[in-house]
Amino acid sequence: MKASTFAPELIKPALAQSFIKLNPRSMFRNPVMFTVEIGTLVMLVVTIYSYTVKDKTIGNFGYNLTIFIVLFLTLLFANFAEAIAEARGKAQADSLRKTREETPAKKVNLVGEIFTNEIEIVSSSRLQKGDYFVCDAGDIIPMDGEIVEGLATIDESAITGESAPVIREAGGDKSSVTGGTKVLSDHIKVRVTTEPGESFLDKMIALVEGASRQKTPNEIALTILLASFTLIFIIVCVTLKPFADYANTTISIAAFISLFVCLIPTTIGGLLSAIGIAGMDRALRANVITKSGKAVETAGDIDTLLLDKTGTITIGNRKATHFWPVKEINSKSFIETCVLASVADETPEGKSIVELAANSNGSPKNIDEYKQMLLAKHTAPKFIEFTAETRSSGVDFENEKIRKGAFDAIRNQVTKAGNNIPQETEERVKTIASNGGTPLVVSKNNQVQGVIELQDIIKPGISERFERLRKMGVKTVMVTGDNPLTAKYIAEKAGVDDFIAEAKPEDKMNYIKKEQHTGKLVAMMGDGTNDAPALAQADVGVAMNSGTQAAKEAGNMVDLDNDPTKLIEIVEIGKQLLITRGTITTFSIANDVAKYFAIVPALFITSIPALQAMNIMHLKSPESAILSAVIFNAIIIPMLIPLSLRGVSYKPIGSSALLRRNLLIYGLGGLVAPFIGIKMIDMLLGVFM
Amino acid sequence: MNTELAGVIVTFIITVLLAIPLGRYIAKVFAGERTLTDFMNPVEKFIYRFCGIDPQKEMNWKEFLKALLTINMLWLVYAFFTLLFQDKLPLNPDGNPAQTPDLAFNTAISFLVNCDLQHYSGESGVTYLTQLFVVTFLQFVSAATGIAALVGVFNALKEKTTNNLGNFWQIFIKTITRILLPISIVIAIIFIFNGMPSSFAGKDTIVTMQGDTVGVSRGPVAGMVAIKHLGTNGGGWFGANSAHPLENPNYFTGMIELIAQTVIPIAMLFAMGLYIKRKKFAYVIFGIMTIGMLCLLVPTMVSEISGSPAISKLGVSQPTGAMEGKEVRFGPAASGYWSIITTVISTGSVNSMHDSSMPVSGLMQMLGMMINAFYGGCGVGILNYYIYIIIAVFISGLMVGRTPELMGHKVEAREVKIAALVTLLSAFLIKGGAALAAYFVAHHGDMAWAVKPSAWLNNPSYHGFSEMLYEFTSANANNGSGFEGLGDNNIFWNVSTGFVLILARFLPIIGPVAIAGLLAKKKFVPESAGTLKTDSLTFGMMTMAVILIINALSYFPALALGPIAEALRGAN
Repeated sequence: MKASTFAPELIKPALAQSFIKLNPRSMFRNPVMFTVEIGTLVMLVVTIYSYTVKDKTIGNFGYNLTIFIVLFLTLLFANFAEAIAEARGKAQADSLRKTREETPAKKVNLVGEIFTNEIEIVSSSRLQKGDYFVCDAGDIIPMDGEIVEGLATIDESAITGESAPVIREAGGDKSSVTGGTKVLSDHIKVRVTTEPGESFLDKMIALVEGASRQKTPNEIALTILLASFTLIFIIVCVTLKPFADYANTTISIAAFISLFVCLIPTTIGGLLSAIGIAGMDRALRANVITKSGKAVETAGDIDTLLLDKTGTITIGNRKATHFWPVKEINSKSFIETCVLASVADETPEGKSIVELAANSNGSPKNIDEYKQMLLAKHTAPKFIEFTAETRSSGVDFENEKIRKGAFDAIRNQVTKAGNNIPQETEERVKTIASNGGTPLVVSKNNQVQGVIELQDIIKPGISERFERLRKMGVKTVMVTGDNPLTAKYIAEKAGVDDFIAEAKPEDKMNYIKKEQHTGKLVAMMGDGTNDAPALAQADVGVAMNSGTQAAKEAGNMVDLDNDPTKLIEIVEIGKQLLITRGTITTFSIANDVAKYFAIVPALFITSIPALQAMNIMHLKSPESAILSAVIFNAIIIPMLIPLSLRGVSYKPIGSSALLRRNLLIYGLGGLVAPFIGIKMIDMLLGVFM
Repeated sequence: MNTELAGVIVTFIITVLLAIPLGRYIAKVFAGERTLTDFMNPVEKFIYRFCGIDPQKEMNWKEFLKALLTINMLWLVYAFFTLLFQDKLPLNPDGNPAQTPDLAFNTAISFLVNCDLQHYSGESGVTYLTQLFVVTFLQFVSAATGIAALVGVFNALKEKTTNNLGNFWQIFIKTITRILLPISIVIAIIFIFNGMPSSFAGKDTIVTMQGDTVGVSRGPVAGMVAIKHLGTNGGGWFGANSAHPLENPNYFTGMIELIAQTVIPIAMLFAMGLYIKRKKFAYVIFGIMTIGMLCLLVPTMVSEISGSPAISKLGVSQPTGAMEGKEVRFGPAASGYWSIITTVISTGSVNSMHDSSMPVSGLMQMLGMMINAFYGGCGVGILNYYIYIIIAVFISGLMVGRTPELMGHKVEAREVKIAALVTLLSAFLIKGGAALAAYFVAHHGDMAWAVKPSAWLNNPSYHGFSEMLYEFTSANANNGSGFEGLGDNNIFWNVSTGFVLILARFLPIIGPVAIAGLLAKKKFVPESAGTLKTDSLTFGMMTMAVILIINALSYFPALALGPIAEALRGAN
């Protein structure tokens, strides 16, 4: 999906678009470039006039023509910047749209007046919201929807680029399927959840293509500021006429228009919409679909970030890390008991216990063989599954009853049977919990055997990312179902600023509301239906693509990769977007100083020779000075296109340091660069003029 | 030379030293804390009762501005008609005539807006009655209006979220009773002891050394000169303003007048720091303003002390510096300092003739008025600076990757629009006015007006252009000083500058008060590590850069044709 900035297949349509965009009706949206267009038209008239009538005050034809061409190029460059940004978005969108091509759908005609669950093959475009269809192995899913029956492995690489198949099943938080993805195995029945052409992806495609792009609030404010700068320069240029009359100087129309175009902030004016489109495009490249450009900008303002512990801060699930038998029991037999308790336990925790056991005591053993070997020692196994009532699981043999479970669950069973809980077990349980681990107690015939320690594994590098967020001014909050003690330990170890322990869905909601009440902007990521209200309440709600339809509808972004750390990237993309606008504005305005030094002496040099002292660049002639300034003004636009598309890099070094850095590079740079650029162009022109 | 420089430095240091306690006092006054001047309480209570004011009534920004603008309108009408009929009113011992309608229009507006552009001479253009009850009265209330507007903005900045800018009437009255009146009285007494007249008698006559009998104007001068400076007004009792020996008798009164005009603008900064509880923010602004002022002051003093290059070319040595248009009792250093102080602060009183300043000094004086925010006039200087801050916050907010915020409130399209319009207004009024004048001089020099455009200018060429540019710059800045070579008492200048004055006064007050009101209404966003620190030196420099860039871009071509061309020609 990656395309270089100026890939040939993008250039051609962008070039065509550059001309199409000259239409004044579309130019009008951008006041800065619209005034350039008017200036260019005036220059065209002047050029034609100077060809037919020889009028000395108008200047010669060749010079006027050159100025006209340079101005015309300025317009084209600005249009090209927008067009190339759109073309890149379009290329991205096209590859997504491929997944939207018409596919045959097995529509289910529900039991009704005529039909009796018949299956009919229709085109995917005929599916309406609320229809049902079925998919078998090998089918392409025709529309976005929610599985109502069955379970299937699905290849989502068409959307995410990730080749590993994922499992989607009816009910729960992984019930959503996306049109264009492929069913690899099994059979599912799906209810269509969107109208044709209104799916999330369709909206995104329209957004990156620029068709439905609304200006964001920051963009509107910046446009106002740029328009007022443009007005100041209109005043400067109009008043220059009577000033020049007073000083007995004639200024040609070409010089007036050149001065005006040079001074107005054409650089940022020409690149402004390209920057906005590129911001959304970058989000799309990160496999995040946004509902609006505003959501990306808001992400840059985020103060508080809610992250689920599992999967974001810790790797998936807890793992067994240690066996702690009570004094009387020897380690080997305790481990065997633990394995037997977990033989039928298919949860990740259960598997990890067997794994740890298989790898303890010297050489690692094959897990299945190991299980069989231990089971063979006993007779008539009866596996007891975990239930909410007993809150323990295990196995019953003829004369042995093994249970494992949370401390209080086992304690209940043991004390009921009239046995005591060893002091050391209680202490061990406490130590493990305060170290952020989860203790599982194992009993045999209602006698405590020992404790298994389960630990969360914190993702490598995650605390550095939180540190980075902290420097950006973003507070991170971990949300977990763990008890406060465990939660605190993990929160400290991972370096998050706050945590919500024993979290219920409404806790998230309340936390978000509390933060928002103090004026903070909150982002969160979620996937389940019970996350939907919180996702809607959050200022930036990122739903996982694997999540339920309700979650996706509630959020304002969808992460196709289902990667919970994606929020961090989104925040940076949002910041980059604003920074790019700010720095190029600064650059553009700082440029004007040099342009004044080039043009003002050139205009008055004949009547006020003293002003020659201001020609500090020692430009050759007034004509060459003006032309150099206009040419510099034009070519700086394409030169900055790569930067505007890529975005100015964001460094989390604190706001004052960042401001200093950007002021130095783009403010001072913007002051100095045109002096060098204009001088070089003047020297080049000297060869021809 | 060294004594002269020392005099300037000492004056500035005394000003800052006095501004610190005064700032503390002002903050206390508006916070309603106990102060030395609580004995004024009954007077204030009487005024409230008499005028039917409820001093506790909260005002939102619209009500605040409505009160401010209505009362100003009333004063304008009163001033205009009193000046128009002053010849028929009492207290006119010298029998001065009435003002013409266009001059009365200009004069009334000019004093109402704290500008004091005077297109007349005090000796003959006004009577004692209008000097006292129009001119001096307006000098008090216009200064208080500016301070009240600023305190309204302080109230908006102080709270996290509020709709209340305070009660305009209460702030306004307290400004007069607690600040302007007591300090003016002290200053006036000092002046009287230094020989400034304070009498209702008409002209005196003296016999000069040549034996001629000369009429010497006088009047109740001292009181007016005190508020003229304290309120950054600048309009003189006499035509020659503070260069006149009876309006500024000696170096000591010169110092007092300089300190008086600078002390409130600086004290308001310190008051802001205490009042809104952001001391560092205020100190950084003070630092930036001082640097800005020094950037204008140093070239001016250097060029005034080194004297005119034209005279040097003749081979004449100038050990006393450039003395044309200057008083011997002040000399070039103190005059140079005064000329910058009076232009960066919108006082506009003069102790030397700016028209005779060196071209570089003229450039710096004009820049000071164009920027109009290095200390600036009573209250309004900080309001002007606030507009620059809004623009700086917006651009630098983007540069650090957050929606721009000022003190916890998001700066959005509406605020940017107002700030941009106010910025635009100055460029429009100064350049538009100068262009109109230049157009008449260049194309219609022989218009059949009372004073032909070709006769406006005392000097041809660049300096003539500077005279016109200076006049509109001064009007726009509500400054009031002038390059007095310009023949400005005629209908064109009276009417055009009249309009510039009134627009350039009230729009830049409405703008910041509206922005502050709008921002204060918004939800408060707490600061984080990613928030732009508006009280940092970096942000101060950013504001400075915005000030310099906006003014350079707006005025560079005009300045190049006036003072810069003149300076470069002189240097060659």
